[in-house]
Amino acid sequence: MNRSLLFVTVLVIATCGLVYELVVGTLASYLLGDSVTQFSTIIGVYLFAMGVGSYLSRYLERGLARRFVDIELAVALLGGTCAPVLFFSFAWPAVFRLAVYGMVLGVGTLVGLEIPLLLRILKDQLKFKDLVSQVLTFDYLGALAASLLFPLLLVPRLGLVRTSLLFGLLNAAVGLWSTWLLEPALGGVKLLRVRAGLVCLLLAGGVVSADRLNGWAEAQQYVDEVVHATSSPYQRIVLTRGARGFSLFLNGGLQFASVDEYRYHEALVHPAMVRAANIKKVLILGGGDGLAAREVLRYPEVESVTLVDLDPEMTSLAKSYADLAVLNGHSLENPKLHVHNEDAMRFLADGDEEFDALIIDFPDPHNFSVGKLYTTRFYELVARHLAPGAVAVVQSTSPLFARQSFWCVDATLRAAGFWTEPYHALVPSFGEWGYVLAARAPPARVRDLPKGLRFLSDETLPTLGQFPLDMDRVPAEVNRLNNQVLVRYYEDEWRRWN
Amino acid sequence: MELGRRDLVAAFLGTAVAQAACRRGSRTPRPIPGELVDRQVEVGHLLRGAPPPIAPGPPRTVDVLVVGAGIAGLCAAWRLASAGIEDLVVCELDSEAGGTARSGRNAVSAFPWGAHYLPAPRSDRGPVARLLRELGAITGVDAEGRPSFAEQLLVREPEERLFYRGAWYEGLYLRAGASAADLAELARFEAKMDSFAAWVDGKGRKAFDVPSGKGSDDAEVTSLDRLSMAEWMDAEGYRSSRLRWLVDYACRDDFGARAEHVSAWAGVWYFAARHDGKTKSAGYLTWPEGNGRLVRQLATAVGPRRLLTSALVHTVEPGEDGCRVHALDARTRAPTSFFARQVVFAGPRFVAGRVLSPWRKAPPGFLAEFQYSPWVVANLTLSAPPPSRGFPLAWDNVLYESQSLGYVVATHQLERADDSGPTVLTWYYALAGGDVRAERARLLSAGYSEWEQLVAADLAPAHPGLDALATRLEVWRWGHAMVRPRPGFIWGGARRAAEESLGARVHFAHSDLGGMALFEEACFFGVRAAERCLAGLGRAGESWQ
Repeated sequence: MNRSLLFVTVLVIATCGLVYELVVGTLASYLLGDSVTQFSTIIGVYLFAMGVGSYLSRYLERGLARRFVDIELAVALLGGTCAPVLFFSFAWPAVFRLAVYGMVLGVGTLVGLEIPLLLRILKDQLKFKDLVSQVLTFDYLGALAASLLFPLLLVPRLGLVRTSLLFGLLNAAVGLWSTWLLEPALGGVKLLRVRAGLVCLLLAGGVVSADRLNGWAEAQQYVDEVVHATSSPYQRIVLTRGARGFSLFLNGGLQFASVDEYRYHEALVHPAMVRAANIKKVLILGGGDGLAAREVLRYPEVESVTLVDLDPEMTSLAKSYADLAVLNGHSLENPKLHVHNEDAMRFLADGDEEFDALIIDFPDPHNFSVGKLYTTRFYELVARHLAPGAVAVVQSTSPLFARQSFWCVDATLRAAGFWTEPYHALVPSFGEWGYVLAARAPPARVRDLPKGLRFLSDETLPTLGQFPLDMDRVPAEVNRLNNQVLVRYYEDEWRRWN
Repeated sequence: MELGRRDLVAAFLGTAVAQAACRRGSRTPRPIPGELVDRQVEVGHLLRGAPPPIAPGPPRTVDVLVVGAGIAGLCAAWRLASAGIEDLVVCELDSEAGGTARSGRNAVSAFPWGAHYLPAPRSDRGPVARLLRELGAITGVDAEGRPSFAEQLLVREPEERLFYRGAWYEGLYLRAGASAADLAELARFEAKMDSFAAWVDGKGRKAFDVPSGKGSDDAEVTSLDRLSMAEWMDAEGYRSSRLRWLVDYACRDDFGARAEHVSAWAGVWYFAARHDGKTKSAGYLTWPEGNGRLVRQLATAVGPRRLLTSALVHTVEPGEDGCRVHALDARTRAPTSFFARQVVFAGPRFVAGRVLSPWRKAPPGFLAEFQYSPWVVANLTLSAPPPSRGFPLAWDNVLYESQSLGYVVATHQLERADDSGPTVLTWYYALAGGDVRAERARLLSAGYSEWEQLVAADLAPAHPGLDALATRLEVWRWGHAMVRPRPGFIWGGARRAAEESLGARVHFAHSDLGGMALFEEACFFGVRAAERCLAGLGRAGESWQ
């Protein structure tokens, strides 16, 4: 047997073993925070698991070479897939912790088996003192290599997913290669080689498609800790928690931050509510988080609130997730409120119910599908549902970041025959935010603001309609289904800020 | 992958698609369940055999009998019904009215089986605008007589996109990677088309107008008909492969033939007829079922009791005081006979030669001049929209390197903001080669499994994994989908001769008389034939044209 080849093998498996440990430790500290605790516990558990492996090695008696190859392949699979598996399981926080420590225990135990087995396989070929000295030397050298490569080269150049897959591949290659190296001790090697080849192929495939795997690794994009994540057929819903409360993200976009959402929702709801002739029947389009409904329900005259949100996952989360339900004042459980999980455009096109106040709170017009909800056609459908004296309000993106987009919404409402009154408010999480009030005719103020508001007051309400020079009206085309200019304005304008 | 599939794909869609779809190591897609749905071919071919039996007993007497319920026949019947002609029958051999504007429907959506849009007319006058007013599609008219249209019926943005080497791009002209010379040539071409669009002859007629008969007959314009579109492009020095592709695509899309088999007059008409070179046109009107919506509007106006479907008219015998018309029930083969004071023959020329008894013995020479492009239309139902890279899903989705015409999305116009649900894609393919008989043989040589492989292979490069979303595929092979405006055909003598009525009692209506398979042509000839019938019945009124 070629000795130098043998020592290269030891070097490689030692490097791989440490890389897995570093990958899991890094991932855990990325995703769970508190890197001191994460690294400390993970190193401890890993070393302990290696001890378990070493202990267990005594129970392996026959066919040691064959066992060694199998163990290499198992380490390759488990260690190689550790990053993608952990990233993937991140969507379920309970599963994630289990997966982290399960992975560390598994990989550690298998790695702990490697060196004792190798020593026993080689015991007849070298003097004991040479064997121990040389194997352990290369083992520790491998550890050094891993600890230097990992922060300097692997993480910055390859990223965690590709790193873990690549070292899995290397480990599997050692398995395959050992079928030649240890051939005299193995007996039949054909099946073993096929198996090793398959593992290599699988991991190589993973390395090639690592970008796609990385796409799942959403947790990296949030600053705060992810406390809940779920996918509906329509969107990815993620709740994060940090020092200043919690935030809701839909498809990665911030919907609200609990620290300042009251500014957004008070400004959205009350200007319309205090000017609508009646407020018995209120329609909310979008707003599945229940926060706009909370503001609407402050008025005792409100008899019914119809909330139309496409995504049942969102409305049920807003009802059942304790922190969110507290924040929205349990508005979704209020007997006055009726949830329709329906497409808002279809709801308006199919129905004929009239409403006194209409709160239109859709996502920004960032694609051609949502863009339909900001067209003259959509506002024609809205007009069919206005009771006499009704007032509608449309969240209309930022007049500062997307100035022409904002004024495009205003121009579109006017083209659809509405009187409009644009206004804005500062919501620190979002920036300067804009809204457009719309009605058949200019509505007079007929109602007091409700008690308990934190942002709006009788003094500040009239000032919201004043636009500083850098947000003031600019000419904009009317957004229609057959031009969708708003989506193009919006894309251009936000690109400049990002 | 067996060799056969690659050859099949290369033969129908080109080698680029074959290479992309059959790349070594790529997985063979799961076959999509479905079937051929063009069974009425057999019914039509009954006309080729010996004359079928004639009903005994006295015929049913009617004022007007319309043969064919395609757009031309339906427009004729609509005109006649609007003039108060009660005693009116429309015979259609197919099980439904519509001809090549037919449509279908499944649990996901309605979808077209052929024509799928109508360019919004520039003027508020004429029968097309009248139909659109009856439909509620025209909502108003401005001071200059330009109509405005219901927003939800105009094609919603994004309208068109083009797939090229792994990604989709907006529009039908391939701007990605275009050189300055390419773009300059495009600008020169567009300016040329604008000048054609603005050109007016001494009598105030546009060079190219809609319907085409309203346009100028000035030699400066009509001389274009002598060249093919490809020859004209050569003569004008248009060499950019991207522009040549766009023009060839337009010819295949509108006329079912390559640019070298299409008259330059027709080719330019496509780019210059629908605008005046100055104001933008309003775009296209469309519905999930395509022009099936217009068929429904016309059929409703005509009245269901006047519409006989599965009724194959096999003989029209013009006589002194009327025509004897013999028909068969296509399902039971039971014969029926009519005696009609006036007849509108609203089928294509190649059928007229077999049905009109005087022409059976002595077919007029012009009949052979009419050639028709075969087409395949396939409706593919998907459980979700096809994922794609680059510009998002549009109404019209075209593949740059393929010989197919791409697909339109039936659910594109639905009034809903959520586009993530199931949908139907309507895939089009014109057999655009020079020899239409050979092309027809090629069309029928491929059965369901071949067309299924072709549709899947065509879409695979743009939408990998599409087979996992596909729930059903239905394929319609049209043997004679579109009259072909070959060089010399539009302004040659045959077309003019074919427009003439046969005696005082048989009048012709079909888009083939206009030389281009377009709704406006069919409508023009349908209404004109109806007005000739009205004159023959002594009930002439003001023309709708």
